[in-house]
Amino acid sequence: MLRIEHLSKTFNGHTINERKALNDINLTLNDGDFVTVIGGNGAGKSTLLNMIAGVYPMDSGKIILDDIDISLMPQSKRARYIGRVFQDPMMGTAADMQIEENLALARRRGSKRGLAWEVSEAERQQYRQLLRSLDLHLEDRLTQQVGLLSGGQRQALTLLMATLIKPSLLLLDEHTAALDPKTAAKVLELTESLVKTHHLTTLMITHNMKDAIRLGNRLIMMHEGRIIFEADGPTKSNLTVEALLEKFESASGQQLSNDRMLLV
Amino acid sequence: MSLSALSMALYSAIPQGIIWGIMALGVYLSFRLLNIADMSCEGTFASGAAISAILMVNHGFNPYLTLIFSILIGFIGGMITGIMHTKFKIPAILAGILTQLGLYSINLHIMGASNVPLLRIDTVFNTFAALTGLDNTTSTIIVGLGFAMIVVALIYAFFGTEIGSAIRATGCNPSMAKAQGIDTDNMIIIGLGLSNALIALSGALVSQSQGYADVKIGQGAIVIGLAAIIIGEVLLSAVFKRGNFVAKFSFVFLGSIFYRIIVSLVLQMGLNTDDLKLFSAILVMIALATPAYLEHQRTRSAYNASLKGDHHA
Ligand SMILES: Nc1ncnc2c1ncn2[C@@H]1O[C@H](COP(=O)(O)OP(=O)(O)OP(=O)(O)O)[C@@H](O)[C@H]1O
Ligand SMILES: [Mg+2]
Repeated sequence: MLRIEHLSKTFNGHTINERKALNDINLTLNDGDFVTVIGGNGAGKSTLLNMIAGVYPMDSGKIILDDIDISLMPQSKRARYIGRVFQDPMMGTAADMQIEENLALARRRGSKRGLAWEVSEAERQQYRQLLRSLDLHLEDRLTQQVGLLSGGQRQALTLLMATLIKPSLLLLDEHTAALDPKTAAKVLELTESLVKTHHLTTLMITHNMKDAIRLGNRLIMMHEGRIIFEADGPTKSNLTVEALLEKFESASGQQLSNDRMLLV
Repeated sequence: MSLSALSMALYSAIPQGIIWGIMALGVYLSFRLLNIADMSCEGTFASGAAISAILMVNHGFNPYLTLIFSILIGFIGGMITGIMHTKFKIPAILAGILTQLGLYSINLHIMGASNVPLLRIDTVFNTFAALTGLDNTTSTIIVGLGFAMIVVALIYAFFGTEIGSAIRATGCNPSMAKAQGIDTDNMIIIGLGLSNALIALSGALVSQSQGYADVKIGQGAIVIGLAAIIIGEVLLSAVFKRGNFVAKFSFVFLGSIFYRIIVSLVLQMGLNTDDLKLFSAILVMIALATPAYLEHQRTRSAYNASLKGDHHA
């Protein structure tokens, strides 16, 4: 379970570039919740995920994950509990390292790293099997450099890496935004199946309004660092894109603007 | 200049290339694997030489045993740079310069003078020459190759371990490394420690081979290291499309030998030794600038080609 209390974050405080990115966020995710996050450019969606992952120190508030207060925990320690996939396919994998080396790095998320060999033969078998399930023909390319893979393949691999050790929380930041529609659909399908099989608590930012409605059991809408609308259960599944846009206008007094937003 | 003098000069470039190659491999770890231009190397190189020389001269240590202390002092020097950079957010270049500057004084204290000659002292090289009856150059080549092979094997093995792999991930993609729970600060500290351990070992071997340790022995080391790395990479790309780490590491040594050969050639051709540093600096500058220049040329020719295409259309 994730509990966020009164979380605020201002970038470049006390300068002319001051940006209040998060403004008193309160949010609770129950185990198995799959929450989609939408909002305009600069609404604070990525910042919210970055704060949970510990990329930046927070100004005030509290983040509690599985009854552990992680507010002051460094990012590398939190990683034990958190799986992440980024918008940029380059961000989630080490390009100069082999596919199996990347997977092996992910398999040791949260455990101590010592002088044992990075990739054992038993692991290699496991990776081959997992990759086969992706159906991207990567199972015979274990020792190839990840830099040679396409964006979609890299995102699928990153997803696999994020869930190789079951995370208490999966954070997805527009992880299909940089992919072509067909590949995006495939990666999204993989996301759904991984979340389902592992019963993962998930926070997914998306630029696709339809996906936001279709996927998951809850939806939140952000604007200027606040959560301005929430829906769950049948209320959420009965939403339409038009209704969402209306909600946004009535709650923010503005039109929703996001340069990557897909409305159809 | 006679042909035999030239071939002698070239032959003596080989042992120098090998033992300086260990230093170049150290620079490779920081510069290529961690993506950090680490200036501490000039200090740690001299520290390695200083501690080895003083332990032999003043305390009668076995020359091989002194190398352990050299490795240790290099590791600590590198770690200090790493700590300054990661924990105190000092830019890496500046952190390296600070370590280097501090080590200059420390090295003087270690040696008690700016220069310690190794007169009638057993070194790893002359003991081997005495044992086998081989000449100095050949002994240095054989002993140097022995060290080079051990170092390459150990470093290769290390980067196949969990920690080694985590260090590579840190250099390759820090955000990915952090997301996978890797403490990137610690990896940089260990990585720089290891890099400078090799550099100090090389310093000790160089001082033992040339018969003295000097506080300025490491001057220009980073440039020499970079030159070796770049020459090695050019040679590697000419031979393999994509080398594994053993090949990459070995070609650093080959680059280092080539660098020495180039240096001895230009000296034979009449270049003043005072101008050698300028020559090396220009060589490395050109080598580092070449990728950007080629990229620019590619963009230009692609643009020109597209213009021509438009014209025909
Ligand atoms: N590292 C940073 N330094 C300074 N300002 C930042 C930083 N990260 C985010 N911001 C600012 O915080 C605000 C929220 O940014 P954030 O990236 O969270 O928005 P977002 O909702 O993810 O938007 P988008 O849909 O464009 O990705 C923006 O005004 C942004 O400029
Ligand atoms: Mg964002």
